[in-house]
Amino acid sequence: MSAGAWAALALSLRLAAVTTLVLFLIGTPLAWWLARTRSRFKEVIAAVVALPLVLPPTVIGFYLLLLMGPHGPVGWLTQQLGWGLLPFSFSGLVVGSVIFSLPFLVQPLQNAFEALGDRPLEVAATLRAGPWDRFFTVAVPLARPGFLTAGVLSFAHTMGEFGVVLMIGGNIPGRTTVASVQLYEFVEAMEYGEAHRLALVLVLFSFAVLLLLNFFGKRKR
Amino acid sequence: MMHAGIEAELHADFADFSLRVSLSLPGRGVSALFGPSGSGKTSCLRALAGLMRPRGFVRFADEIWQDDAKKVFVPTHRRAIGVVFQEASLFAHLSVRGNVEYGLRRVPPAQRRIALEQAIELLGIAPLLDRRPQTLSGGERQRVAIARALAVSPRLLLMDEPLSALDIGRKEEIIPYLERLPHELDLPIVYVSHAPDEVARLADHLVVLRAGKVLASGPLSEVLVRLDTPIRLGEEAGVVLQGEVAEHDETWVLMCVSFPGGRLWVRRENLPLGAPLRLRVLARDVSLARSPHQDASVLNVLPARVEAIGEDEHPADALVRLTVGESALLARITRRSLARLDLHPGQTVWAQIKAVAVLR
Repeated sequence: MSAGAWAALALSLRLAAVTTLVLFLIGTPLAWWLARTRSRFKEVIAAVVALPLVLPPTVIGFYLLLLMGPHGPVGWLTQQLGWGLLPFSFSGLVVGSVIFSLPFLVQPLQNAFEALGDRPLEVAATLRAGPWDRFFTVAVPLARPGFLTAGVLSFAHTMGEFGVVLMIGGNIPGRTTVASVQLYEFVEAMEYGEAHRLALVLVLFSFAVLLLLNFFGKRKR
Repeated sequence: MMHAGIEAELHADFADFSLRVSLSLPGRGVSALFGPSGSGKTSCLRALAGLMRPRGFVRFADEIWQDDAKKVFVPTHRRAIGVVFQEASLFAHLSVRGNVEYGLRRVPPAQRRIALEQAIELLGIAPLLDRRPQTLSGGERQRVAIARALAVSPRLLLMDEPLSALDIGRKEEIIPYLERLPHELDLPIVYVSHAPDEVARLADHLVVLRAGKVLASGPLSEVLVRLDTPIRLGEEAGVVLQGEVAEHDETWVLMCVSFPGGRLWVRRENLPLGAPLRLRVLARDVSLARSPHQDASVLNVLPARVEAIGEDEHPADALVRLTVGESALLARITRRSLARLDLHPGQTVWAQIKAVAVLR
C-alpha cells in the first residue's frame, strides 16, 4: 500500500477511536436517561437520536457544514472562542462522526439499561449505595455486553462513513482524507491496484471486529 | 423524647385501588403485614423502604424518614434498613461473597453491629461463598439474599414475601433461619405475606390489610380472637399459642407444652426441654363442657372462662372466646349447644381440646 493509503487508514483509526470515546462520554448519560425517564419528551429525544439512521449522510454533512461554517451559529461561537472554524479539520470530522454514529452507541446501551429493570438498582439502594455508586457498581457491570456492542458498532460505523466526512472534511491528504475517501479517490484515478489493497484491508478489519465481538459476547453468556 | 417502633401514615392512589393506611408497629419481634394480593401490603413495605413515595409520614424509632409537611424524605440508601425481596435478586456479576460484602463495604465500621461471619453463619452459607449466584438453588439464593441484607447491620429488616417464590421443601429449609433472626439479633422485622402458615409461625404482631385499608392490627394472639371482625389465618378460625417444651413422656410418645395459663399434651417431637415453639388450636377442635369429663377420649381439658360470644360464618354455629390463664382460645359450637349449656360471658367452663398443631 502507498504512503497515502496508510496515512488515510491511520487517520480513520484515529477518528474512530476519538469518536467512540466522545460518544461514550455523551451517549452513556443520554442512553441512561432514555432508559429510565418517564418524561413525555422521551419519544422526541429518541427520534432525534435515531435520525442519522434514516437520513442520507450528505444531508447531515450539509447542515453541519452550514452550522459550523463562518456564517453559522456554531462557526460564530468557535471563532469567538478562538478555536477557528471546524469544517475541513480533524475536530470537524469528530463532531460530524459523533452525531452520525450517535444511534449506534445509544440504542444498544439503552436496550441494555432497559433490560436491567429496576430491581438490581433497588437492591443496591437498600445496600446503602447512592445513585452514582449504583450506576458504576451495578448498572455498568450488568450492562457490560451492551457497552461492548455499542463501542464496537460505533467504532466500525465511524470507520465506514463516507458522506458526512466528505461534506465536512473535504479531501485534504493527511488531515481529512480518511480511508473511505481515499478509496474513492483511488477509483476516481483508476488506481485499481491501490483500491484493491485498501478495500481488502478494510474488509479484513471489519470481519475481525465482528468476529471478536461474537467471541466476547458468547464467552460471557 | 425517645420513640420505639414504627409509625406510618401512607396515602396513595393507584389505577386499581387507593392506599389509606396508618401503621403502628412495635420495635421488636416480627410484624406481619397480611392480606390478599392487591391489599396494599407490598406498597406499605416499599414506602417504609423509601422505594416508593406515597403521601404521608414515616417514622422509625427516633428517625423521621418521611414527613411531607416538613418536606423530609430520606432516600433508601440512607435508611438503616435491610430488605429481602420475593425473588432473591442477587447481583449476577458478583460471586456469593461479593453479593454479601456489597452492602457491608458501604457501612462505616463504627455502625456495624452484625459481623459478616455472623450473617454467614446464621444463614449457613459459608460453603456457598465462592459460587456464582446462577449456580445456586432457589432456597440457597434466598438465604444468601437474607445474609446480604443482614450484613449491612440494619436496624429494621423488611421482607417482602421472601418465601413465596419457593416450593414447600425450600420454605421448610428457610423458615428455621427466619425464626432465629429476631431472637438472636434483636432486630425488628416487618414481614409481608399472604401465606397463613408463615404468619402463624413467625408473626408476633399482625396487621391485616384489605383493599388498601387496615382491617385489624395488634398482637397476633389478640387479633386472632376478635369476634367483631373475625380474622382468619387461612380457612379456619383459631389461635396461636406461644409456649415451650415442659416435659417429655416417652411411654406414650407425648410431650407437654406449657403456655401462659396452662399446659397442653401434644405428640412428641425431638425438641429439648425449654425449646420455644408455637401451637395452633383451631376453633373447630375446641368443644365446651360444664363439668370435666374423666371418661372422654380428649387428652387436654382446661378450665376456661367465657369472655364473649360471637357469630360464626354459618348461622348454625357460634364462636366463643375463652381465656385460659393469660391466653385466649376460640371454640366453635352450635347455637343449639350454646342454648342447651346456657353459656354466657363470665362463666367458667371446661375447654376440651381435641387437636393441637405444633408449628415447627
